[in-house]
Amino acid sequence: MTKPQDKTGGTSRRRFLGGAGLAGAGLMAGLVPARAASPDPMITEVQPWAQFLGPGVDDAPYGKPSPHEAHVVRRNVEWLTADTASSVNFTPIHELDGIITPNGICFERHHAGVADIAPQDYRLMINGLVDRELVFTLQDLLRFPRENRIYFLECAANTGMEWRGAQLNGAQFTHGMIHNCMYTGVPLRTLLEHAGVQPNGKWVLAEGADASAMSRSIPMEKALDDCMVAFKMNGEALRPEQGYPVRLVVPGWEGNMWVKWLRRIKVGDAPWHHREETSKYTDLLADGRARRFTWEMHAKSVITSPSPQAPIYHGRGPTIITGLAWSGVGTIDRVDVSIDGGRNWHHARIDGPSLDKSLHRFYYEFDWDGSPMLLQSRAVDSAGYVQPTKNALREFRGTASIYHMNGIQTWQVHSSGEVENVEVA
Amino acid sequence: MSRLLKSSALALVIATPALAETDTLGRLALPEEVAAWDIDIRPDGAGLPEGRGDVWDGEDLYELQCAHCHGTFGEGVGAWPVVAGGFGTLTHEHPEKTIGSYWPYLSTVFDYVYRAMPYGAAQTLEPDEVYAITAYLLFLNDLVDDDFELSHENFTEVRLPNEDGFYMDDRVETEWPSFTQEPCMTDCGDAVEVSMRAAVLEVTPDDPLTDARHEQYLAMATAAAGEMGAVDAPAVEAAPEPEPEEEAAAGYTPEQVAAGEAAWRQCRTCHNVGDGARHGVGPHLNEVYGAPVGAKDGFRYSPVLTEAGEEGMVWDNATLDAFLENPREHLPRNRMSFNGVRDAEERQALIAYIASFAE
Repeated sequence: MTKPQDKTGGTSRRRFLGGAGLAGAGLMAGLVPARAASPDPMITEVQPWAQFLGPGVDDAPYGKPSPHEAHVVRRNVEWLTADTASSVNFTPIHELDGIITPNGICFERHHAGVADIAPQDYRLMINGLVDRELVFTLQDLLRFPRENRIYFLECAANTGMEWRGAQLNGAQFTHGMIHNCMYTGVPLRTLLEHAGVQPNGKWVLAEGADASAMSRSIPMEKALDDCMVAFKMNGEALRPEQGYPVRLVVPGWEGNMWVKWLRRIKVGDAPWHHREETSKYTDLLADGRARRFTWEMHAKSVITSPSPQAPIYHGRGPTIITGLAWSGVGTIDRVDVSIDGGRNWHHARIDGPSLDKSLHRFYYEFDWDGSPMLLQSRAVDSAGYVQPTKNALREFRGTASIYHMNGIQTWQVHSSGEVENVEVA
Repeated sequence: MSRLLKSSALALVIATPALAETDTLGRLALPEEVAAWDIDIRPDGAGLPEGRGDVWDGEDLYELQCAHCHGTFGEGVGAWPVVAGGFGTLTHEHPEKTIGSYWPYLSTVFDYVYRAMPYGAAQTLEPDEVYAITAYLLFLNDLVDDDFELSHENFTEVRLPNEDGFYMDDRVETEWPSFTQEPCMTDCGDAVEVSMRAAVLEVTPDDPLTDARHEQYLAMATAAAGEMGAVDAPAVEAAPEPEPEEEAAAGYTPEQVAAGEAAWRQCRTCHNVGDGARHGVGPHLNEVYGAPVGAKDGFRYSPVLTEAGEEGMVWDNATLDAFLENPREHLPRNRMSFNGVRDAEERQALIAYIASFAE
């Protein structure tokens, strides 16, 4: 029986340890498969689903996940914010695979709750330093040539709690302010060209229609590069909580700039320095000064399983480490995985599409000997940027900057298969 | 005319005005439309509406509209933002980033209050009121005297202390040289040890559904190990059933309750109802219908509400209707930051909804 670890609070963990010692014993990765003690009733007895009719078509006109997946949901951390209408929840990345995030579990961040806008009531205005100030309906937007792109959206504050060390026990909470979707929409460039940007138009202000009228300044170079005015995610209409009917897509840049319920694009000759780019989303450094306009999300990765909410059930033997890697400046060239806290590294296998400013899925398959591990992953992107350690970042920035924590995450795996969020030194 | 000719004639009609067709995408914005939405303010004063307001008016407005979240002295109630003080803390372990200590530009205050405040009742303040509240926020931060008046004329003369505390993102220049070195792959540094555990803090939310799933898989692994024989896997706890619709109560129709639930959107920023409802910015409103005014335990009411309750005022249809029509007029100096519901039918629906949580 595994000796219970010290300082592992919480009922789930105690229960986990109670039964865990048994798990490792029988699953040796031998050449001869194990023999069951008795026939498995799941096979020898006719099960209800094999005998009786299930629900017919149209039982669920819009299908939902299996009820057995009820635990795979967005979750919030109540004490983080004063009110759910101005708050955040987290994508259950520890339960997902591949690179696409299903629409219903893409994390939410609102500043005044979810705006409810009927498509016939939607208007997008372009004003300011343009040849003609324009109003578009949703139907107007659907008549411009559109494109499909897969991009990650990461909140600048994702992993922000970890500046001060290991805080929340779960990849969902430490790294879940991210999702990756295919967007369908019109290039912002198309709309700006349609309005005619004047020569001194160097910035755009993107503004939302919600009760916070969320607004961010974006340099014209980015607006004309790859920004999109999107109305579909993963093939279907945007979800209300993701900005239905129209949101801005600002690839590779912090999620706060991807203004939801987009109602206005204003062209100007200088940035606006609004609340979300001064009071918030500026990075206070140790010397008391702060960086502004830290838009780019730099290379980062995290092991999603095993992780505190996704322990190893099976004991020693063939084991799969999997996770996500991404970079706001390009693609991921490679991911390295360490099982000894960063002393030795192994190249992981990236599987699935490797797209610009999109999540990448990596795997490291190995034979676990059942001894404790300190798991880490390290992304290297197409710009040659190597994901730094948390301490390397702290040396530059101190611990109070909240945003842009892309340091290497450590999970401690116990012999029992239980996993904890830890800091190493 | 042959069918072919007909269709090509049609195609010609559609295809000819290529430029005109493009021009039908969108329409020109009218000046009134631009004026309605073009509310953004910049540090150079661009966008400021004409108006003025002083510290004294600002104090009254702040007390009524802002203090219930941001605190009488700007100290922040609970987790709501602190807006005053914090000077000299930016290098501390827990810096206090306020308008006075951190924000670079006063225009940000005006712009944000004008577009997004009061929370849950955005864009209800007139420009003069926003000038007054902004002036008061300067006063709370010890940046102006109590006789100060702020207007579109003197606005850009006011500078915030931390204006020069910001600089453009320089991560690529300062950090990337260190972070673009080819990394070590084997025998890198000394063995590391665990220096901190998230579990010690115990701040992670409980997750019974995932716990139940873990138990199931563990039971399977245990059974497969063959040491215990087959073990019945514990059932996953079913997802909580949605709450059944509240029954209509106190003589209201289910339609009224349903309409009230929709109208409740304007209340839920501050008030909670239903299972597990707790006090928020305002008190929770379970069992408030038929109960004395200002009498919920654990909530700090405006004195006027407590007094009304002590004098025997009870929340019933008549009192709720009068109060909701114009909260400030009906019980003057109460702290509820809400303009009221003018539509009588909507008020009755809201009351029906509140009454449905009376038992």
